[in-house]
Amino acid sequence: MGELLIGLYVFVLATLAGREVISKVPPTLHTPLMSGANAISGIAIIGALVVTGVADSTWVKVLGIAGIVMATINVVGGFMVTDRMLQMFRKR
Amino acid sequence: METSIIAQLAYLVSAILFVSGIKQLSSPATARSGNARASVAMLLAIVVTLLDNEILDWTTVAAAVIAGAVIGGVLARRIEMTAMPQLVAVFNGFGGGASAAVAAAEFVRLGGSGAGVELGAGVTIVLSTLIGAVTFSGSLIAFGKLQGVVTGKPVTFPLQKSFNALLFLAVLVVGAGLADAGVGDAVASIFGSGGIEIGVPFFLALVAGALMLGVLLVIPIGGADMPVVVSLLNSYSGLAAAATGFVLGNMMLIIAGSLVGAAGLILTQLMCKAMNRSLGNVAFGAFGTDGPTTKAKTGERPVRDVDAEQAAMVLAYAGSVAVVPGYGLAVAQAQHELKKVCDLLEERGVRVRFGVHPVAGRMPGHMNVLLAEADVSYDKLLDLDDINAEFDTTDVVLIVGANDVVNPAARDPASVIAGMPILDVDKARTVIVMKRSLSAGFAGIDNDLFYMENTLMFFGDARQQMSELVKEVREA
Repeated sequence: MGELLIGLYVFVLATLAGREVISKVPPTLHTPLMSGANAISGIAIIGALVVTGVADSTWVKVLGIAGIVMATINVVGGFMVTDRMLQMFRKR
Repeated sequence: METSIIAQLAYLVSAILFVSGIKQLSSPATARSGNARASVAMLLAIVVTLLDNEILDWTTVAAAVIAGAVIGGVLARRIEMTAMPQLVAVFNGFGGGASAAVAAAEFVRLGGSGAGVELGAGVTIVLSTLIGAVTFSGSLIAFGKLQGVVTGKPVTFPLQKSFNALLFLAVLVVGAGLADAGVGDAVASIFGSGGIEIGVPFFLALVAGALMLGVLLVIPIGGADMPVVVSLLNSYSGLAAAATGFVLGNMMLIIAGSLVGAAGLILTQLMCKAMNRSLGNVAFGAFGTDGPTTKAKTGERPVRDVDAEQAAMVLAYAGSVAVVPGYGLAVAQAQHELKKVCDLLEERGVRVRFGVHPVAGRMPGHMNVLLAEADVSYDKLLDLDDINAEFDTTDVVLIVGANDVVNPAARDPASVIAGMPILDVDKARTVIVMKRSLSAGFAGIDNDLFYMENTLMFFGDARQQMSELVKEVREA
């Protein structure tokens, strides 16, 4: 249970830290915030890499690869589209 | 699959970069570098993970990464800004799907190892699969509704809530059965199949139940409520990733996942507040339809209508103008013409700024992106509180395709939209409303603003009327 408990601590504290920084994002940037957060949720890619890397059965491998593809779409697409939006926010 | 100390420390650096990157999103001036910082954090986490694990099959991993990167890159480049909510919905779905796939892979691996699944691992695998699968199917339905593939109207059937609650309960029971063999045996004996092997059939039932739940939770929600749904699913995709972190005992996943979970939750709360509705009401109220359905009943009341030339005169000779854009502007694709009108007005010395309501668009902040795309400077984009402080010193308000968010009925405790935060446009000297007709907005109620003495109705298609306005302001 030790590891789960530490995980729970980290989860709660990171959520609180996230709340603090995210509540300061102005409404103007809420769409880029969401697409950026989206890219970050692609962090599942590292889980997918770990399980695919050690895959010893076909099913594990198939699921792992599906995970990698979906998560990479999220990461690459998310950061790119956020950048595309943010570069339009200019002051004139 | 133990994570080395060095990798753990690198993950910590990555976590710091994520948080400080998000912090930079607090201003449009630094936001772009904040996004870059977060992407560096992601790259670091990926590289460290690859180096820290003995990847047996590099070719397959590389092929999967390249395939994902190409698909993601093409989507990100091609997408129209008006379709951003759909894209975010799809990405949410992939995030949830990836987490569920990882949890499923871990389930197969642990089950296949013959070592059995411990209770802690079982619970986290079930949670991760459940949240991930709900996010996946729910997001696809949200995408369908935003794209118009699935009807934007709330889809309801008798006993829907009871059915959903039962399904949720069933999924939980199956999940509990998977997580703990003891519960599993009990469940198996209830179903009379005594001693059924807890495993793949149960897992498939869990996945099927969760996918169905995702669909059923989103179909009763109307198109106009999609900003809330997309925000909530965004939060889920983060929670799914965090749950996967618990499955793998990986702190990086837990931290990044909870950051996204927090972001989605904050946006969900803000959207609900902007519509003055509780999350429960959005989820189960079967409220917002896909468009105006009810005709205003009091259409006999007199309104003052103007043509483009008259509207142009009023605008051109004003000292200050506040533009209030609504979703109708985006539908008509009139934002570029609007920008031209504003440029012409500014050339004449008129002070122009934009008042953007939080729900003006199909996702939080959507209207700001559309205006930024049309080259409007971000310091002219004012949010609700800032623009409300300015209306009583504003000469002319130009409303384009907005309705409920400027309805003074929100101040009347008896109204259905009572208490909804609105833009106090009626405090300005003159209000010009550009709209197709007097029909009601999503809330289905008449708007007293249209009949007020200082209101001028400028009827017609937003895009067409806006180009007329460009011509007339130029000549004024």
